Formats: sequence, structure tokens, C-alpha cells
Amino acid sequence: MKLRLYQLALLVAVLGGWHVLTSPTLLPPFYFSNANQAAFFFGEPLKVGERIIDWFVTGDILIHLGVTLFETLMAFALGTLGGLGVGMWLALSPTAAAVLDPYIKALNSMPRVILAPIFSVWFGLGVWSKVALGFTLVFFIVFFNVYQGVREVSPNVLASARMLGASQRQLLRHVYLPSAMSWVFSSLHTSVGLAFVGAVVGEYLGSARGVGYLILQAEGTFDINTVFAGILVLTGFALFLDALVSVLEKRLMKWQPRGGETEKV
Amino acid sequence: MNDALRFESIRCTFVARDNPGQRYTAVSDVSLTVAPGEFVSVVGPTGCGKSTLLNVAAGLLAPSSGSITVFGEPLTGVNRRAGYMFQTESLMPWRSALANVTAGLQFRGDTPEQARAQGEEWLRRVGLGGFGDRYPHQLSGGMRKRVALAQTLILDPDIILMDEPFSALDIQTRQLMENEVLELWQARRKAVLFITHDLDEAIAMSDRVVVLSAGPASHPIGDFRVDLPRPRDVSEIRTQPAFIDLHHQIWMVLRDEVLKGYRQQMTVAAP
Repeated sequence: MKLRLYQLALLVAVLGGWHVLTSPTLLPPFYFSNANQAAFFFGEPLKVGERIIDWFVTGDILIHLGVTLFETLMAFALGTLGGLGVGMWLALSPTAAAVLDPYIKALNSMPRVILAPIFSVWFGLGVWSKVALGFTLVFFIVFFNVYQGVREVSPNVLASARMLGASQRQLLRHVYLPSAMSWVFSSLHTSVGLAFVGAVVGEYLGSARGVGYLILQAEGTFDINTVFAGILVLTGFALFLDALVSVLEKRLMKWQPRGGETEKV
Repeated sequence: MNDALRFESIRCTFVARDNPGQRYTAVSDVSLTVAPGEFVSVVGPTGCGKSTLLNVAAGLLAPSSGSITVFGEPLTGVNRRAGYMFQTESLMPWRSALANVTAGLQFRGDTPEQARAQGEEWLRRVGLGGFGDRYPHQLSGGMRKRVALAQTLILDPDIILMDEPFSALDIQTRQLMENEVLELWQARRKAVLFITHDLDEAIAMSDRVVVLSAGPASHPIGDFRVDLPRPRDVSEIRTQPAFIDLHHQIWMVLRDEVLKGYRQQMTVAAP
């Protein structure tokens, strides 16, 4: 409880400091020659807040947020499915894994944000080019985790399932997949975050809708307050997604011992 | 009548994957039979290839040479008539106790209702009624072993393979489990191949005790019939003169092998 109080105090202090340092009237300009210059470069928290409230009251932001959310979720879902499929396949067929190994390393080390313009050409300026960018980011996270997860299935559990009469398909469904999923879930926070990054960066590089587009537009008119408002909305939204993932994780991974939990007899 | 399990001159040589010149013969020239309904224990010093034999019987490991027949038929692939209780944790951590117990039924294609009813009955039988919704990490080591036992026995296998199933348990839990296993076995009389390094346990539970020599290339060097009356209580039987006599006889054979195995491990460890 006390911790929350400190956290709140820190937030108020940062916002207050921001307000005092950028307001044209409160302090005499000690760095900039013009009193309005600080506000021009760093925005004003009150106006930023006004803008955010305005967005939500008029509902202007909703369509943009919706688009960003859709792109994030699609990139996340497709990336996870793709990573899961390819990860399982390569983990279970060593030859294919050996052949593809250098290419996967190459693709993974490539700075994939740079693909955004290519995706714009391929998929247009709509949502799908953003989904594609998010996909490339999420895919590798999930892929590496699934690959690891399948290869680290306990040989004992595997042998036991075989002795219990599991066919190859049943092994896949009841042993490899759950084992891989625990690794996928451990990377869930990272992959949702990256899907979000893919969506926003894609929007920022060229789009007609989305929060990233809003920020780009405001930048074009040097409307620093709107840029900050957009950034804050995105941050809040990312926190919301993260909380959602935590809830999901808790529900789906209840079979895993939590850190610090002792065995109950 | 065919033997439940028949090993004929089994030999298992392991080759290091990255260095084909480095090879290790775990067991060599092992011939052993287990009759239907017979409880056979295999004892031997550590590292003598006891588990290797069991994996061969389970069909998880193909022998380098020799043959293994199951009820008169040569074994190919996984032994479908056998249930295997592993030494280490083998429960699926993402399944509840009940789901673990019913896994075999599910693989076999039983309906969920059927499997559930049977699973709950088996959980009760191993003393875990009401624990069905717990996950393995929420159970104690002894309880996990019971779940594993129910998981193996629910499929009613004709052969039960056990690899030091109770070695990780404390002595009290262990004796309880041994009695439970004996009771369950008494009711159904399946062939059991039981691996252990604990001679007391072997004699108390089995009809026959087979002693393996120290590795490498270990092979049976003694075969003792245990003619103690059943039903037995593993903690009471230990004080009977016949038990002590038999223990002494087998220990005479086993002791040299244990020392030999110990010395070998020491020389390998020394530079």
C-alpha cells in the first residue's frame, strides 16, 4: 500500500516538474531565450491531458486505437501460430533444422524493422503491412521458444507417454505441445510487446489510420502536445495489454509451480 | 505356458555418438525369464545396467544382440503388454493427478466419462481420492509415486516393469508403498520385473531374486527363489529367520560385486 503511495508521488512529481519547467508563465526562461520555447520543445502536461480527454470524449481516438489493437492482435496471433508450427516441425525433424539453421540465424539477426517499406509495397498502406511487420517480430520469439521447449521435453515423460500407448500424433498433441506452450507463455509478454511495436512502427512509417499515424500527423505540424498525448495513450494501452497477458498466463499456466511456492502435502 | 518375458543372450553396447571408438557394454549375455504372475526382482551394484535391462523389456531400447520375447512373441517396438514405472518423475506436469492417471485410457480412445470414473476409482485405490484436481507440483514425492502407480496399473498391463520406483522415498513411505504394491499385485497376479538396489526390498517383495554382476558387461550370477509365505508385510517379514538366512546367502554373492563395482568406479574416477 505504501509502495503504491510512493509510486503515485513519483508520478505527481514528474508531471509537476514537467508542468513547472515548460509553463511559459511560471518560471523565467533560464535556458531558452523565449518563454514559449520550452513548451514548444517539450509540450505542456495540461494541454497534453486536455488533448487525451478530448480524444476520448469525442471518440476520435477510438477508431485509431481499434486499428492499432487489431494489428497488434493479428500480428500476435499469426506470429504465435507460425512460430509454433515451424518450431515444432524443426524440433522434431533434425535434418530440416540442420539445413535451415544458418538461414534462421540470418533472418533473426537481420534488423527486421527495415522490412516495413517492403511490406508497404507488398501489402499496401492498410493494416496488413503492419500485421506483417509485427509477425516477423513475434515469429522468431515464439519460434525459438517452441524449438527449445520441444527439445527439452523430459525424456522420462516422453518414454512414459509412449509406454502408456500414445501414438506419434498423441505424443505431439499431449506431450510436445503442452511442453512447448509453457515456453511460449513464458515469452508472452515479450511477444505481445513486440507485436505492438510492429503495429505502431508500421503505422508511423506510412498509414492512414492508427495511433502511430496520429503521432506522425502531429509531428508534421509541430504539434508536440499531440505527439506526447499519443505516446501516453500508447503507453497506457501497452500496460493494459500486459495486464491482460498476466491474467491469461495465470489462468492457463496454473499447473506450473510459482517461484517461492512450497510443495503442499 | 509361455513366459511373460524371456531375455535370451541379451547384450547392449552403447556407442558414444561423437566418438564411435568409445563404447561401453552395459549388459552382456543376459538370459532371464519371468513367468506370468511371477514377481521377479533384479538386484546389483550401482551402474550395472539394471535399468538398461528394463528398457529392453519395455521396448524403449533395442538390444545390440540377443532376443526378447513377450508371451512367446518377439518384441518389436514398444512393449504394448507392459506398464512401466520409472525411477524418476514421469508424470506430465501440465496434467492434474486425475488426468495423469487417465492418460493411458485417453490414448486408448476411451470416452472421457468412462476414463474419469475409472481414474477416480484408481485414485481412491492408491489412497488419493479427492486429490484428483491437484497438479504434480502440488503433491508430495510419495503421492506422485502413487499417481504414477495408478497411471501404470489402470491399463491393467500383463507385465509390470518397475525401476527402483521407491528409491527416492523416505523409509516409512517406502514400506507403505511396498505393502500397497504387494496388495495390488496379490489381487491381480501380473508378471512383475522389479529393479532395485535394496536387497531387503527385493527379498520382501519377490518370488525370485536375480543378482547381477558389476558392470561393464554385467550378467546374472545368482538366482534365488524366495519361499516366504504370502501375503507378506514388508516390515514384519524382515525379522523372520528364513528371511535373514536368505538375505545372508544373497548378500554373500552380492557383496563381492558391490565392492568390485565400487573399485571400478574409483579407478575410473582417478586420473
